[in-house]
Amino acid sequence: MNSLLRRLRAELFATRTDTVLSLALITMLSLGAFGVLRWALTQAQWTVVKVNSTLFAVGRYPVEQQWRLWLLTALLVAASGATWGLLRAHPRPDRTGVLWPRNDRLAVGLLGLIALAVPWALELSLAIASRWWGLAVLLVLCRWLAGRFGPGLSPTGRRLAALVWPLLYLVGMVLISGGLGLVSVSPSEWGGLMLTLLASSFAILLCFPIGVLLALGRRSDLPLLRWGSVLYIEFIRGAPLITLLFLGQNILGFLLPGGLAPDRVWRAAWVLTFFAAAYLAEAVRSGLAAVPRGQLEAARSLGLSYPKALQHVVLPQALRVALPAMVGQFISLLQDTTLLSLIGLLELLGTARTVMANPAFLGRNGEVYLTLAVLFWGCCAALGLGSRALERRLDPHAVPSAT
Amino acid sequence: MSQPSNELMIEARGVEKWYPNGFQALRGASLTVRRGEVVVIMGPSGSGKSTFIRTFNALEDFQKGSITVDGIVLSDDLRNIDAVRREVGMVFQQFNLFPHLSVLDNLTLAPVLVRKRPKAEVEQQAWALLERVGIAEQAGKFPGQLSGGQQQRVAIARALCMEPRILLFDEPTSALDPEMVREVLEVMQNLAADDITMVVVTHEVKFARHVAHRVVLMAEGEVVEEAEPEVFFTNPSHQRTRRFLDQIL
Repeated sequence: MNSLLRRLRAELFATRTDTVLSLALITMLSLGAFGVLRWALTQAQWTVVKVNSTLFAVGRYPVEQQWRLWLLTALLVAASGATWGLLRAHPRPDRTGVLWPRNDRLAVGLLGLIALAVPWALELSLAIASRWWGLAVLLVLCRWLAGRFGPGLSPTGRRLAALVWPLLYLVGMVLISGGLGLVSVSPSEWGGLMLTLLASSFAILLCFPIGVLLALGRRSDLPLLRWGSVLYIEFIRGAPLITLLFLGQNILGFLLPGGLAPDRVWRAAWVLTFFAAAYLAEAVRSGLAAVPRGQLEAARSLGLSYPKALQHVVLPQALRVALPAMVGQFISLLQDTTLLSLIGLLELLGTARTVMANPAFLGRNGEVYLTLAVLFWGCCAALGLGSRALERRLDPHAVPSAT
Repeated sequence: MSQPSNELMIEARGVEKWYPNGFQALRGASLTVRRGEVVVIMGPSGSGKSTFIRTFNALEDFQKGSITVDGIVLSDDLRNIDAVRREVGMVFQQFNLFPHLSVLDNLTLAPVLVRKRPKAEVEQQAWALLERVGIAEQAGKFPGQLSGGQQQRVAIARALCMEPRILLFDEPTSALDPEMVREVLEVMQNLAADDITMVVVTHEVKFARHVAHRVVLMAEGEVVEEAEPEVFFTNPSHQRTRRFLDQIL
């Protein structure tokens, strides 16, 4: 306690100016926090969120098919837990880290708290609440398993482990939309957080390869490829996303081969993808520019072909440099999905607008928007934390390794 | 010192190169290197030495003249270029190690990918090479954790791991702190005792004197003088060589 006080004094009240600034800031912050808390606890009526929690989560997805979404959530939670364990408990493949770093213990505590508090606050039925508790336990369990047994994986095993995510994406698509014996649920019935995450993850997964190809195209020696890439990137970056979304609703059906863009949801997802790819290409280009020319020359002089040199020497370094910028792109992409509400899709914001239009919840905008903000913040925070863990793991100089 | 055979490893005739901005870097440079020979190329900066040896493994293209390396005629044919690069190793002034790979992986990357050799076998060879250049204990480290001299020795081992018949050195010691120059030169001297053919661009007079079979002076994109080290340093036949030697000795 004493040391904490001493640290506080050293950091906040060291000089007179520091003291004044600290006091002013502390007052402002506590006033702000107090105001929000007072509003949240006394003024706000949270019924609007409690009653509509399912709507916010999955939109009008048919109730009798919602078990599929629970299953998918469980799979995603398991994969997230495993990834968390692999990234954090082993900062590098050749190294065994601490199984539970301090921040991870904190995170587990926080997650436990959320898992307990949220169902209670939303007044979920015991059956539903216990499912959330089960998911929380599953997350921690997978985190522990991956942290404990991760280093035992062979390099091939580790490479295969990364493939779980794209594979899970395909499984998720089947679970959500149906097929392979499952009743099909049309995209017009998708909504809420599920649609937000679906559209953004679709765009994130697909814009990555397209963006890398565009960045390489822009640096290519072939004039046609270079100019094509430049034209594409500059055109997309010069147009507001909302324009492109409207444009996409009208003309994408003609551009893409039949069957690929049959639905408004998918058209919008494709537009998001193509939009994000142009920005991502610029992030990757900055990464490519950061790799010294000598790297390609060294690889070529060892006999590696150009594609192999890119794959094994240039891109791994370029992408590591570009990672923070790319994650920034992904985060703004996630937030850009709110624009889908303007073309009539019921993602989080769209759902919120239909809820607020309901006369029963008139004037409850504050509660709804705050909920939205917290949900978005949670998703973005997870992306940011994940990327930082990945960055640390990819940094060859982060931890000295033992031979 | 082993004696070179008569087999020609590199035969460059009248090589001319223009950069896209119109600057002519090579003005009819010619050089022949026999198998097992160690040739040192000296010359003032901007004389085209680096450009010249970089044409030998097609890192630079050229517009006129001809180059034959180990019986392969260098042309625009990409297959030829790949074939040549498999036979010719290169050591750079800036080391150019792959910073995202461990020392061991720096060595094994190309043999596994290009020569399709089994990883375990290549690793064994890599250990032996690292032993030979005196840094086996650093195999698990990353290049950024090594000194300049150690990095350059890794770079030499990396080139050797492809089992090239020719090694090109592009000012291998110019980027090193003075106290690290010797450890790299010693490794190169050991190599020279082997059968391998070496073309070295360097300013290290001692190395040229004691290790080279032949010393070449380049100036303004041409080969000006070619002689055995003794003759080159004590009794060169060209005025240009004397001027150069006056400046560096």
